[in-house]
Amino acid sequence: MTREHLLNTALMAVLLLFPLWAWATDEPFLITLTTRAVILAIAGVGLNIALGFGGLVSFGHALFFGLGGYAMGILAYHAQTYTPVADWPMTIEGTKSMPVIWLVATLVSGLVALGVGALSLRTTGVYFIMITLAFSQMFYYFAISWPAYGGEDGLSIYVRNGFFGLNTMDPIQFFAVCYVLLAGVLFFTARLARSPFGLMLGAARQNETRVEAVGTRPYRLYLIAFTISGAITGLSGALFADLNRFVSPVMFSWQTSGEIMVFVILGGVGRVFGPVAGAALFILLEHVLGGLSEYWHIYLGALLLGTVLFARGGLYGMIAGRAAAHD
Amino acid sequence: MSALLLIEQALNGLQFGVMLFLMAAGLTLIFGVMGLINLAHGSLYMIGAFAAAWVAGMTGSFMLALGASLIAAAVAGVLIELLVIRRLYDRDHLDQVLATFALILILSEGTRWVFGSFPLYLDTPDWLSGTVRLPLGIDYSRYRLAMIGAGLIIAAALFAMISKTRLGIRIRAGENDREMIAALGVNISALYTLVFALGAALAGFAGALIGAVQSVQVGMGEPVLILAFVVIVIGGIGSIKGAFVGALLVGLTDTLGRALLPTAFATFMEPAAASSVGASLASMAIYILMAGVLIFRPRGLFGGAA
Amino acid sequence: MTEPVLDIRGLTKSFGALTASHDITLDLRSGEIHALIGPNGAGKSTLIAQIAGALRPDAGRIVFDGRDVTALDTAARARLGMARSFQISALPMDYTVLENAMLGALGQRGDVVRFFTPVMRDTDLRARAESALETVGLIAARHTRCAELSHGQRRQLEVAIALTLAPRVFLMDEPMAGLGAEGTRNLTTLLDGMRREAPILLVEHDMDAVFALADRISVLVYGKIIATGTVDEIRRDPEVRIAYLGEDDTDVPLP
Repeated sequence: MTREHLLNTALMAVLLLFPLWAWATDEPFLITLTTRAVILAIAGVGLNIALGFGGLVSFGHALFFGLGGYAMGILAYHAQTYTPVADWPMTIEGTKSMPVIWLVATLVSGLVALGVGALSLRTTGVYFIMITLAFSQMFYYFAISWPAYGGEDGLSIYVRNGFFGLNTMDPIQFFAVCYVLLAGVLFFTARLARSPFGLMLGAARQNETRVEAVGTRPYRLYLIAFTISGAITGLSGALFADLNRFVSPVMFSWQTSGEIMVFVILGGVGRVFGPVAGAALFILLEHVLGGLSEYWHIYLGALLLGTVLFARGGLYGMIAGRAAAHD
Repeated sequence: MSALLLIEQALNGLQFGVMLFLMAAGLTLIFGVMGLINLAHGSLYMIGAFAAAWVAGMTGSFMLALGASLIAAAVAGVLIELLVIRRLYDRDHLDQVLATFALILILSEGTRWVFGSFPLYLDTPDWLSGTVRLPLGIDYSRYRLAMIGAGLIIAAALFAMISKTRLGIRIRAGENDREMIAALGVNISALYTLVFALGAALAGFAGALIGAVQSVQVGMGEPVLILAFVVIVIGGIGSIKGAFVGALLVGLTDTLGRALLPTAFATFMEPAAASSVGASLASMAIYILMAGVLIFRPRGLFGGAA
Repeated sequence: MTEPVLDIRGLTKSFGALTASHDITLDLRSGEIHALIGPNGAGKSTLIAQIAGALRPDAGRIVFDGRDVTALDTAARARLGMARSFQISALPMDYTVLENAMLGALGQRGDVVRFFTPVMRDTDLRARAESALETVGLIAARHTRCAELSHGQRRQLEVAIALTLAPRVFLMDEPMAGLGAEGTRNLTTLLDGMRREAPILLVEHDMDAVFALADRISVLVYGKIIATGTVDEIRRDPEVRIAYLGEDDTDVPLP
């Protein structure tokens, strides 16, 4: 077992055992805190597929996070008010079922990512960073000014959505659902990293000319990666909204895009489990430093600056060294 | 909508555009010369506004306040450049985005720590308050007119500096070939610090001017920063001319969109729906404009080939 | 005589006032090595770039295996069987030698968009990649990261990737560039054998290698082909001698 595997295992074990301990000692707040980390980790894992594997610096992943959130908010809102989502061309009812909401959130975010990616990937470099930012801002302002779903104030959902027989309002049960989803997403991502697609995508990140010379178009690889990336981040958004039982335009904001990026960087760009470590560290800092000082963002900023300037591999780079080869 | 109101809105759009240009000029120079994406540019705008509000509060002089905004932002710019930014010139865009995002966190929270969360107010001086009568009988805010004038004068000065002066020649040379200019014996790192300070001073000045019509508070810089990025991306990153054209396009599109779209939709929709659809579209208009420009010209209107 | 595999007719490309390719007509027949020589700045790289699809010509046609490919991009031409090796190595530096060779094998098989199977356990791809590495003599270094390879090893890897593509033609842009005497000798032997797999269009500055390998030579000067013929014909061609001696290019002796 390499150090990276050990670190992965330790990380997942801590994320599982800590809330179990909190549950045993009746500390529901700590369970919810860990759930938050797990959900944000999913968003980071999603972004990492574009950013880390494909080298696509998307500064607009809040778009997909927010779409997932609103997919949950809109479906649940209609279910709780007993109104249809749409009457035409066919009646679409709202739902309080988590699996259906996840499916819708993933599909909608994936489709939008496909469209946004198809346009944005025509540009490169700074232009790509800025056009992804622009698309997320478009949705941000749309969400603010569109009154149907609460506009700037957002939308509250009174009861958490259902998952088969579970009582999702019980923190530990909702945590379990999110943890299993994170594990599933990580399994998929780890397979993807070692797949033919992952090999070629990584090659495109390093040298597009080579990829073309072996008969593959980088654009197509990037577009697929961007779509998968957006879909996973959308799933995370739906869970995040369910955790808070609330969605608002803030989920679409550029600060949200920045924070998702921070998870990836703190943990280690391009490492499958990197964003999990990054999101956990972020939540830990927010909790510990936020308790010490009202101005904890200063410390977060300093840490991020230090990571970028002096420890570019993030936590994984520091502890596990350079990423291993494909086998 | 009457023609007079339309002209007034166009003037507002022009005023907004000119202020955006002050922000965008620094951003685009810094990118063009040093190849750096600086998200913390909005923080320099905020620092200028806070310095102005503080000095105005102490002395009561608006002109001193404006001077303070220039100096404070330039000094902050020099410090940031020396401590952090110069380590980023050789890094990729991802590192630059993240490091300057970190700077935003530090500078915003630092400002909140010093000045608190409550907004400060900067009053326009008496000699710039009230309205002036323009041709066609339009009454227009004297202060906004002064902003347009000040912005255009600075823009003209900037163009003159870039095309005529020795510093301008070095800046243009720096855009084309860093090694060449270093080989010619120009102190490249001093040039970079100077360009950064210049951009910072322009941003701080814009912050002070805008601070007098809005409130001065933490977080005021980022919405403007994003608009300034939209401007330089539309104009073509690195081009001052592009920044000017882009700024006016964005200023006019945003202002006229908000004024006209709800009314335009009301001609074929019921009023309530028209105002919400119109307002939603207007708030998205500049981003739609930017996406449109990039789809047809992936390097902006005045962007180079490479 | 069979149809040429690669048939280039009237290719023209200008950059502003500079005509980099002027009405170039050239063919490549099965089993041969056709060398393209000429002084620096003659437009050899521009020509290769147009044949490979990286540059669009202003006029002219490129017919590959009886099919007009002038409008296709690089990736499409590569899938049809054009393997290009680059003058400046184009290799993903974080990948190992084996991973690099797998790229070629994977691209050639064409089923890139698969998310679940571990690519390095694909025995078919791996066999192809390893056999190419064996051929170029890099098999022992297969787990070395590309960034740690010597310049000569990178040149070998470029050739290995071209081999994994199982191409119909090889386009080789100065494969010997920067190699020492021994490296050049090894690569010459390698290329000599490769012509049996597919014909090679070889751009090369090393004249010993060219005269040892080429079945035919075309001489490109200022964007024009001034002569095409066998090694002996080119050696005797007065125009070629003037072009080279007129250039006063002492790097290029004509033995």
